[in-house]
Formats: sequence, C-alpha cells, structure tokens
Amino acid sequence: MRKRPFIIIGVFLFLCLIGTVNGEVKSVLQKAVSICLDCMGIG
Amino acid sequence: MRRHLRRIIQSLSALLLNGYWYFPVSRTIYQGRLKSICSPGLNCHSCPAATTACPLGAIQNFMAGIRASLEAARYHFGFYVLGWLGIIGGLVGRMPCGWICPFGLIQDLLFKIPGRKIRIPYIFSYGPYIFLALTIFILPVWVVDAFGYGFLWFCKFICPAGTLEAGLPLLILQPTLRTMVGHLFYIKVAVLFFFVAWSVLASRPFCRTVCPLGAFYSFFNRASLFQLKYHPEKCTHCELCYRDCPVDIKFYESSNDRRCIRCLVCLRESCAFGAISWEMGGLEGQSSRPKTSPVNSQ
Repeated sequence: MRKRPFIIIGVFLFLCLIGTVNGEVKSVLQKAVSICLDCMGIG
Repeated sequence: MRRHLRRIIQSLSALLLNGYWYFPVSRTIYQGRLKSICSPGLNCHSCPAATTACPLGAIQNFMAGIRASLEAARYHFGFYVLGWLGIIGGLVGRMPCGWICPFGLIQDLLFKIPGRKIRIPYIFSYGPYIFLALTIFILPVWVVDAFGYGFLWFCKFICPAGTLEAGLPLLILQPTLRTMVGHLFYIKVAVLFFFVAWSVLASRPFCRTVCPLGAFYSFFNRASLFQLKYHPEKCTHCELCYRDCPVDIKFYESSNDRRCIRCLVCLRESCAFGAISWEMGGLEGQSSRPKTSPVNSQ
C-alpha cells in the first residue's frame, strides 16, 4: 500500500488542527457571516 | 440512474451548500455556525442561500490580514483552511471539482446547450496556477492599504461565482446596495457573461483556465488516496475516453493527470474494454465495464 497519501493527509490534518487551536475557525466564521462587498464587485 | 448519478450528487451538493432557503423572507445571508466550515467547492459565502464559507475567500482574508495578524501576535496564517483543503485533496484529489462544486455544475449544464463546440488549448491549463499564486497568496499579502490590510484580489476583480451567487441576488434583495454599484461591478458582470458564453462553447472553461481552487486540488491528483488505474493490456486507443472527457485528457497517455476532475465519465461511461479502474488506499474498485474484448473489436 502506498504511504504517501497517508503522510499528506496527516500533515494537512496537523495544519488544520493548528489553525483550529489558534482560533482561525472563529475568524472564518466572522468573515463568512457578513456580506462581502468585494465578492459582489462593489467593495 | 447510474448514468445520472453524478448530476444527482452535483445537484444535491449545490442544494446543501446553498440550503438557507429562508433568505427571500430574511432578505440577508445565512449567519449560522455552519459558516465556520469551508465548502469543498467554489461557492461564494455571500450568496444569500450559502450555508458554508468559500475556501478561496477565507484564504484571501487570512493572507490580506497577515501583517495585522503578526502585529497583533495572533499568527493567523490560514492553516485551518489550507489544512482542510489538503485533507480533501489527499483523500480524493480534484474530485470535488467533478462531483460537488456548484459552479462546475453550472458550467456542465451550460455546455449541454446544443451548438458548435470548441476545445481549449493546453497552454491555458497553466492559468489556474498563475491565478492561485498571484490573486490568492502574493497580491493580498504584498499590496496593502494604509492600515496594513490587503485586498481580496480574486473575489474583487475576477470571481464570476461571486457575481452570480452573491452580487446579483443581493442587489435584488437589498435595494440600498444598488446605490454603491460602480464600474467594478459592471466589469465583474462582463467577466461573468464572458464565462457563461464560453461555457456554452467549451467544457468547463473557468475550471480549466482560472480556478485557483482546482489548481490547489490538482497538486494532489497523483498522490491522493483515490487513484484511477490504467490497464494498457486492455486499451485499444479508441479515444472514446478523450472524446467524452470534459477536460480533454487522453487517459491512456496520462492517468491521474493534474487537469483530471475525477468525474469518472471515462470509467463509468466511455471505456468499453475495462482499461480503467479505481483504487483507494489499496482497495481495488470497479473497472470500466468490458462490453467487447479488444481482440474482437479489431
């Protein structure tokens, strides 16, 4: 069985956990719940 | 049913990722906790019905605020979003492009409109990497305002999904926003119409020439847990896989190509000789159904 996919998934899972512990989930939520005028092209 | 499975899953994904159907009454966007999760496909989080965050918008926000984040000692580098996308890529590569992305579904449906069709030159397939590097990472970090914040270059100047899913519906729902419309909005509408017209003529032009999310996933195609397997002893080089492929790949020349969106049309519909199968984490999957043997067909 190939090991590379499991290593890749493990590394990115670790990154995801670091981001989560660092409070990035809250940051994503804060941006996503307000209307993004840039996304609409009027920002 | 088997033939339409992908279209059903694409439609269900589009409905789930845009599952806030109360917006005609609330006249604003969904603001619940689900929006802390990033969508696997391109789906603007300012769409009134969107239930999840756009991964490209989220990464750009982190990049744009990286200087301010460092000054405030918060160290927000976007690892949560990059990690999430990397896990998906590590599992299935670009499969979300073919099966989940709502903007991919729109392009697929537009391409169904009968008429003259054109192919997209190979050189354009490098475009997404340029857009990924420049508009998602380099420019948002590099070009900043007086307060040290960058701009969301991809969302602001390019993203046709944002114009279609957020810009136009919100201008209808919130009349006060109409007073803010300027030249930039008309440019974005022109970009949207350009890709709509191109999608009628060519298969998935946005995915193949611009989409930074597809470019990110494409790095994982050859290394992901899910792999397509080529069986040269069964292949007749009939080119049916190439004829049906929405991104013009000759599977027998390059299986698991970086451009492959893993729609599995070649495996499920095109190949009649069992020359294509799939494998996930060592488990062998179904091969394309042999209808005739290569020997008989010659």
